[in-house]
Amino acid sequence: MRKSLWILVALIGAFAVGGIALHRGETINAMWLVVAAICVYAIGYRFYSAWVVARVLSADASRATPALRLNNGRDFMPTHRWIVFGHHFAAIAGPGPLIGPTLAAQFGYLPGTLWILVGAVLGGCVQDMTILFLSTRRDGRSLGQMARDELGPVGGLAAIIGTLTIMIILIAVLGLVVVNAMKHSPWATATVFATIPIAVLIGLYLRNLRPGRVLEGSLIGIALLLFAVVGGGWVDHHPTLRALFDMDSKPLAWFVIGYGFIAAVLPVWLLLAPRDYLSTFLKLGTVLLLAIAVVIMSPDIKMPAVTQFIDGSGPIFGGALFPFVFITIACGAISGFHALVSSGTTPKLIGSETDVRLIGYGSMMLESAVAIMAMIAATLLDPGVYFAINSGPGVVGATADAAVATISSWGFPVTAEQMHTLAREMGETTLFARTGGAPSLAVGMASIFSSAFGQGLLALWYHFAIMFEAVFILTTLDAGTRVGRFMLQDALGHVWKPLGQTSWYPSVLFASGLVVAGWGYFLYIGVVDPNGGINILWPLFGIANQLLAGIALCVATGILVKHGKLRYAWVTGVPLAWLAIVTTTATWQKVVSPDVRVGFLAAAEQLANKLASGALSPEQAAVAPQLIFNQRLDAALAMLLTAILWIVIADMLRVSWRVVKGLPVPPSSEAPAVALAEVRT
Amino acid sequence: MKRLRELWKLVRALATDDAYERYLVHHAAAHGGATPLSRREFYLGEQQRKWTGVSRCC
Repeated sequence: MRKSLWILVALIGAFAVGGIALHRGETINAMWLVVAAICVYAIGYRFYSAWVVARVLSADASRATPALRLNNGRDFMPTHRWIVFGHHFAAIAGPGPLIGPTLAAQFGYLPGTLWILVGAVLGGCVQDMTILFLSTRRDGRSLGQMARDELGPVGGLAAIIGTLTIMIILIAVLGLVVVNAMKHSPWATATVFATIPIAVLIGLYLRNLRPGRVLEGSLIGIALLLFAVVGGGWVDHHPTLRALFDMDSKPLAWFVIGYGFIAAVLPVWLLLAPRDYLSTFLKLGTVLLLAIAVVIMSPDIKMPAVTQFIDGSGPIFGGALFPFVFITIACGAISGFHALVSSGTTPKLIGSETDVRLIGYGSMMLESAVAIMAMIAATLLDPGVYFAINSGPGVVGATADAAVATISSWGFPVTAEQMHTLAREMGETTLFARTGGAPSLAVGMASIFSSAFGQGLLALWYHFAIMFEAVFILTTLDAGTRVGRFMLQDALGHVWKPLGQTSWYPSVLFASGLVVAGWGYFLYIGVVDPNGGINILWPLFGIANQLLAGIALCVATGILVKHGKLRYAWVTGVPLAWLAIVTTTATWQKVVSPDVRVGFLAAAEQLANKLASGALSPEQAAVAPQLIFNQRLDAALAMLLTAILWIVIADMLRVSWRVVKGLPVPPSSEAPAVALAEVRT
Repeated sequence: MKRLRELWKLVRALATDDAYERYLVHHAAAHGGATPLSRREFYLGEQQRKWTGVSRCC
């Protein structure tokens, strides 16, 4: 009976995946994607994850976890697995899986969808679960510590440099997404600004009025946030206020930079923690609402399965399907950043080793499902509209007429009238060239929500979606700046002791300033770039994130080999090999490609030539030297990241080789086994 | 009714509303006699601890 049920799931799954892969009609219903995803996840979870946990990791339910052995009633504490699942999912799910698929939809719905499903089931979920398990066996040690303990100092140092770099690039790109969403949108700007005092208010409530009553504080905060969405509409209709919040991208970038600095140096209870509570509630609520709405409405996907842009000529970012779809969609398929969360707070809460399957594998599956929903929201738009929103003026032309003419000539008809009506419906002045993915996702979400839960509120839903994304992003931005500050202080402490003190205010200000300057630089350059900046920063972020995943998989593979599991090393080794191929190819192309829309150096060269020959307008000429320098810097950065990955791979292979040859290697850092029975008594 | 109560417990645990109560139980068992932290001290300490490592992702 059980068996025939799973055969049925496999057949339905195969039918749905085959259906979306072979379908070549005008449109396809989104339920095909939903059914295919559910079946793939179900089979992956039921069979592959169970096999990995039992055979590869040899999780032992009778072995006491650190939560039981080191229980201190605070961070180490055995917790019900569904509650840990909730915390872990809330920690790993950020704006990444929403933005990546939206951008990758330029290749059509099929390539991104297949990568999200296959990448998650065989790569991302396995990485998250394995690192979670290994860290649980090592009393919750961090990825960097595990790399140092198990591989050696080279691996450890590489992990730290990789983490800091990815943090800087990630924050810059997210800041850029938020700036582009607020640019000349008084409604969005007013709403996003309002989220800051609301968070502070909740922070004071949770500290002074009702300490620690997070649930009621968050509910009040959510009500205020919803009110802020409505209030933004009033601002938009008020002539004076409207002008006040109608801002260009440069001042908005400075605002984001200032916000990041202030949030990182203020006490956490005042701004960071309450904003995070609000963001978590909003995130879980909206994801649930979106899933329900997609099923109720089952929209038609209008994007073709595969577009002509797989050849590398895409308007949203340059570069061919291979390797760039695998770089663009990191979160949702495999995200190295998760390895940091999986080796931090979560392992200290796990009550039984076998729970890593639900918590590690399961949470990543859910994040992957969020990415599928983002893909649906992006591809249900008319392709012409999708490209008009997401293409920078440097690619399709600066005026509405030029943009619609270019996009229609690709075979995706769209009119200026259509875009104008859509913008008016969404309560915006224009939706042309709103790059970064957030506005197009918001348009997609607004159309799903309004058709599932009542028409006529499009503008409200649109700005709700923008607020939702912005709250998300600002949370990652301030938390990331703070983490970067700690890492930097830790490193600077080796240079001069006082700089390492995390509570010494001059050091706090100095290190926070350095981190903010790092990402603020990339954000500012992204803002002045006429091509939108996302096309440069997002691939760099993808490469950095996959690099971190590569380091995590190296640590996992090395440990498997050291524990005599050489014959299972492919479980993490195959995803590692794939990521190494993808990131190396992408870096190679980003550096040496003669196509100016792909190669950093070619673009720098072309701009330098234009500047020298005087072909640029005075405004363009003013920022050209910065852009040229930045492209060269990006090339160097991409090469540095890939070099780090190969150094760690070489280190892992060296350790594995020594294990096979019986030579001495660093000892296992696993905590000694303690039986459950001993702890319980 | 029992189901509802369990759901409420789950929601409170997810929101970390029950963290202080759990701390008190642990404190009484492990360090009986010593004065535990007040709810506010505990809350502020927990915020500080939670936001020292990587707790949020992309």
